[in-house]
Parts: sequence; C-alpha cells; structure tokens
Amino acid sequence: MSAGYHIVVCGGIVPDPLQTLEPVQGPAGWGLKNELMLPAILDPWAGHALFEAANLAKNVPGSKVWLVSMGPKAKLQQVMMTIAQKVPFELVVLDGPASGFADAHETGAALAEAIAAIPGLDTSRLLVFGGWQSASRGAGATMQVIGEKLGIFEQFQGVDKLEILADGALRVLERVEGGSYQDSVVSGAPAVFGWATGELPEPPNNPQVGMQNMRLVMPALQKAKPVKLEKGPEYSGVQIPSQKRETRVVKDAPVDQIAKEIVDWLSA
Amino acid sequence: MDKILFVAQTECDGSLSKASLEALTAAKTLAEQLGAPLAVGLVGEAVQAAADSLAGCGAEAVYGVSGPDFAQPRYATDAAALAALFGATGAGIVIGAATPRMSRVLPGAAARVGGVSDTSVTALAASGGKPVVTRWYYRQRMYAELTRKERPWFVSVSSGCFAAYAGAAGSASVTAVSAEIPGGVRTQVTGMICPSAEEQTIRPDAALLFVAGAGWTKKQADGAAHAGEAEEIILSFLNKTQGSLGTSKSLVDLSGEGQQVLSFLSHMHQVGQTGSTPRHPKGLATCCHGEEPHVVGWRFIGERRAVNLDPNCGWAQGKADVLYVADAFEVMRKVLALLP
Ligand SMILES: Cc1cc2nc3c(=O)[nH]c(=O)nc-3n(C[C@H](O)[C@H](O)[C@H](O)COP(=O)(O)OP(=O)(O)OC[C@H]3O[C@@H](n4cnc5c(N)ncnc54)[C@H](O)[C@@H]3O)c2cc1C
Repeated sequence: MSAGYHIVVCGGIVPDPLQTLEPVQGPAGWGLKNELMLPAILDPWAGHALFEAANLAKNVPGSKVWLVSMGPKAKLQQVMMTIAQKVPFELVVLDGPASGFADAHETGAALAEAIAAIPGLDTSRLLVFGGWQSASRGAGATMQVIGEKLGIFEQFQGVDKLEILADGALRVLERVEGGSYQDSVVSGAPAVFGWATGELPEPPNNPQVGMQNMRLVMPALQKAKPVKLEKGPEYSGVQIPSQKRETRVVKDAPVDQIAKEIVDWLSA
Repeated sequence: MDKILFVAQTECDGSLSKASLEALTAAKTLAEQLGAPLAVGLVGEAVQAAADSLAGCGAEAVYGVSGPDFAQPRYATDAAALAALFGATGAGIVIGAATPRMSRVLPGAAARVGGVSDTSVTALAASGGKPVVTRWYYRQRMYAELTRKERPWFVSVSSGCFAAYAGAAGSASVTAVSAEIPGGVRTQVTGMICPSAEEQTIRPDAALLFVAGAGWTKKQADGAAHAGEAEEIILSFLNKTQGSLGTSKSLVDLSGEGQQVLSFLSHMHQVGQTGSTPRHPKGLATCCHGEEPHVVGWRFIGERRAVNLDPNCGWAQGKADVLYVADAFEVMRKVLALLP
C-alpha cells in the first residue's frame, strides 16, 4: 500500500460521564435535561478509533485522517478545542443532533453522505473507523449503516487490534464472548472498523498539532451542513430506573464477622 | 399484518446458542400476542439439526442459508444471509439474539433491505396491538419504551431477558435460500484467541461478578503495595467461587502506564461506561470506589456488596446493598479460609 490509507473516523460527542443525566421531553422529542449546558467529550470508543487512526496514518506514509462528526456546532467547537491538541486530522462537521435518541439509521445515512462528499477521497484506500457503540445510543448500528450506504461489506466490530500484514492484508482482532478474540484477515481496503478500546493510551496534548488542526477546524465548523433527522422511533416514555438502594454500611465490625457474612451471602 | 421472522446462526456443532433460544421465545411470544405468523431463518454451514431442534416452535416455515461460506462469523456472508432470509419471507419484524455474531451484522442487514433496527432490547411485547421494545440509553442510565411504524424492523434481544425455548425436537422441512454476496468474500476468520481454562476469568454465566478495583495495587497502611498477594487472593477466590472477574478503568489503564498491576487483567475485564455491562445475580466489589462511570456497568447485577476502606465511597451512596468498611486484603483472606 504505497499510497497510504484514507482513514475516515466517525466520532460523535456525548455528555461527560461524570454528569447526572435526566431525560426530558421537549417540542423536538426526547432529550436530556439542560443538554446544551452539559459538558461534552468525544465519544470514548470513537476517541480510541481516532488515536488508532492517527497511529496507523503515522506508520503508513501517504495516509490521511479525517474526523467526521455530527453534533450541535457550538458543542463540537468546545470538544474540538481539546481533541485537536491530540492528533492531526481534518474535520468534517454536520450540524445536527448528537442525542442518543436520534435514530442510528438516519444518523448513519447522513454520515455516509458526508463521507462520500469528501473531496479527493479514494474509496479503494478507504478505512472507515468509529466506536463500536456510542455512549449515547449504544446501538452498535451507525457504523454498519455507514458501511452499507457506502457499499463496504467488510466490517468488524469490537476491534482491539488492527495489523497491516506484509502482503497488504489487514489482520483484525474483534471481541467476542467470554474474553476471547476472533482473529480475521481481510484482503485490504475498503473496510469498516468499530473500535473498542484498542491498544493505545490517550496521546498527550501537542500544541503544534493543535495549531495545525485549528486552522482547518474553524472553517469546517463554519461550512457545517445543517442536518435534520425526521424519522425515528415513537417513544412511549423514557425513564431513569429507580436504582437507589438502601445501603447498609457496616463499620467497625470484626473482619471475621464480615468474612462470615460474605461467605453466607455467597452461598445463599 | 406483520410476519415475524426469527433469525439465528448455528454454533460450530450445528446447534443453537442459549441466547438464540431466548430470542426465539421472544419472537414466538410476540407472534402469539400479535396473532402474527412466525417463520424461522437459520444461517450456518448446515442448518438441518438446528431446524429439527425447533420443530415444535409453531413456525409456519423454516428457511435456511447454508454452505461452507456461511460457517464463519463474518459480516459479508452473515449480512448477505440475513438479507436473503428477509427477502424469502417478506417479514415485517426480524428478531435475533444480541450475540457478538448477530450484533456485528443485524443493523447492517436491516439497512441493506431498507429497514431500521433496535439492538440489545431487554423487553419485547405487544401493547395496544403494537410491538413495543424496551432499550437502554446513555450506557444504561435510562431506558425507553418505543415502537416503530417503519418496516422491516430488525430487533436484537439481550441475553438473560427471556427463558430459553425448550420445545420438543422433531423433523423440520427447511426451504433452502441462496444468498448473493455482493463484492464476494474478502475476509477469512483464521481462528479464535481464547484464554486457557486457568486464565479464563470472564465467565458470563457465573452467579457472581467479582470486581477488583485499583485499590488492590495501591500503597497500603504499611506504605507498600502488595500486588503479588492481591493476585493470589483474587485468583484463589475466583477459583473457589467460579465467579467472573471484572475491574475498573483505573486498574486496566495503569497497565498502560507501566505501574504495578495485576497480570491477568485486560481491557475486556473493564466494567462500566467504556467497558462491559455483564449480567449476574450477585456482585462483590473490592478496592473499587464505585464511581458512576463504573457503576453504570452494574445495571444488570442483582444483589450488590462492596468492601472498601472509605465509608464515603460511591457504594455508600445507594449503589450497593451492603458496604463493608474494611481492608479487603484482610476480609478476602478470611473469606478464602472460610470457603470450602
Ligand atoms: C470518559 C470516562 C469513561 C470511564 N469509563 C469507566 C469504565 O468503563 N469503568 C470504570 O471502572 N471506570 C470508568 N471511568 C473512571 C471512573 O470515573 C473511576 O475513575 C474509576 O472507576 C475508578 O476506579 P477504582 O475505583 O478502581 O479506583 P480508585 O478511584 O483509585 O479507587 C480505589 C479504591 O480502593 C479503595 N481501597 C484501597 N485500598 C483498599 C483496601 N486495602 N481495602 C479496601 N479498599 C481499598 C480506596 O478506598 C478507593 O475507594 C471512566 C471515566 C471517564 C472520564
């Protein structure tokens, strides 16, 4: 693969997981209470996909990374301030909902359209990356839909490792049941990869990369295409489970007594 | 009227997994509630044995996509097979189990045939004459009940939510369906990398989830860390109880930072927001703080207990039934002594 890969990473934004989330129904359907006020982060599994993409691009000369993201423009801009410091990419923005309640199939179709419209994208060298599930909808559907819309039928989910073999084929490890991996080889691009954690730590901030990215981030945000999703499920209700337990706190008890209680409970 | 199509891939031995049999119960029950016809669609190297095992399920017809190409769990062939089964039956609702193999492909197959999907649903029933599913959002923080007008509607069912179908076997007649594989087959599954029996610490069917948090590797009261002893205690406990091991993000991330860690832990053990959401009747957390991004992974754990030195840790805030404020090294050593 002398010409390198064209790697498109699909990554949405999600509320910071340390926040309390509460569903509310508004005029436009279900969403989160104070959704626009909640601090957002790049969807974690998509973040791993982005770091893996950057690493692959670094190792295969001639490669290039795009990050395609759909979300409210103002929120995306906030998240980009951080993410743009990490690894080099060119941003493509769709100004639309980042909500978990937005339909995966519509979202996937909109993202596929945006990918197909990237100038100069060579689909014969295309690797589409993303998280295997979002932290919002958690459907594990969007990446598959994107692949279908782009006509890419080599797809992998729960990917923790991607290795380029000597003949240009790609070796992929996907998570399956019980802590095992399925080991596959695909002959080459194009292919879709829904990443799990991957193997790389989060890269440190690099101000130089940040400056270089931001030159392209602002124009990308400015020319973001507005996307309206019209269809989707009919929700009869969204609820937080009544989860709070009456915690019995056992303090200053002898270890023997605690151990006995645990053993009795385990065998009950 | 919607026709309901139950779909499953066969296991290596030609049988159907427990998760698939649970999804069959879901499909069959929904068909009965809606008064809708049920069809079965099977994918695998050979499907007759699986079809026979379902002979008593009340399906009006059984369809199969089979052959060596369909033995391997991979997108290109599995998506083609599901699309072909849908095409043969014209079903309105397609239901399968949320196994890794089916999850890799079900939404994509739905997209191929112009449909929509909902995955990992935890309930599925008719309400007011309409099919209604329950699924979770924001990593198990909230759940929604929903229905859809669009058809076809592909649905995958989480394991552990329905009883496995256990009807009588018989002999089924299978209508063979051929599947067109656009683009041909470019992926070969070359094998499985499975932990050996001794290393196998993720046990989805275990009665107990045992979570070992980062505290096990931190400096203890004597000013030193005791990761070696922690490993011994944890592995002995798992051996004796046959529990399934989980951990926190902090602990798996430490390994990336070259700190003292527990050798048998990988990212796949991580429970929570960016980890797994296992299903077990009981869970015991040790040396784990019980922060929200971790505890969202405990959504489907029944009874919960925790051992932590900190009386104000997350578990104390309504996240566990019992919190023992104690040293987990001491408690677990004693537990090991008491266990047979
Ligand atoms: C985007 C994002 C995603 C995340 N996803 C996840 C996720 O999927 N899973 C996850 O787990 N976390 C996740 N986190 C991290 C989470 O917020 C916590 O930082 C993490 O769970 C803490 O792990 P811990 O409790 O093991 O470690 P610590 O917070 O270090 O807690 C260690 C605990 O051990 C106790 N301890 C120490 N010694 C002993 C002893 N001898 N006996 C008893 N107790 C002892 C201490 O009192 C303390 O409570 C995520 C965070 C973010 C920002």
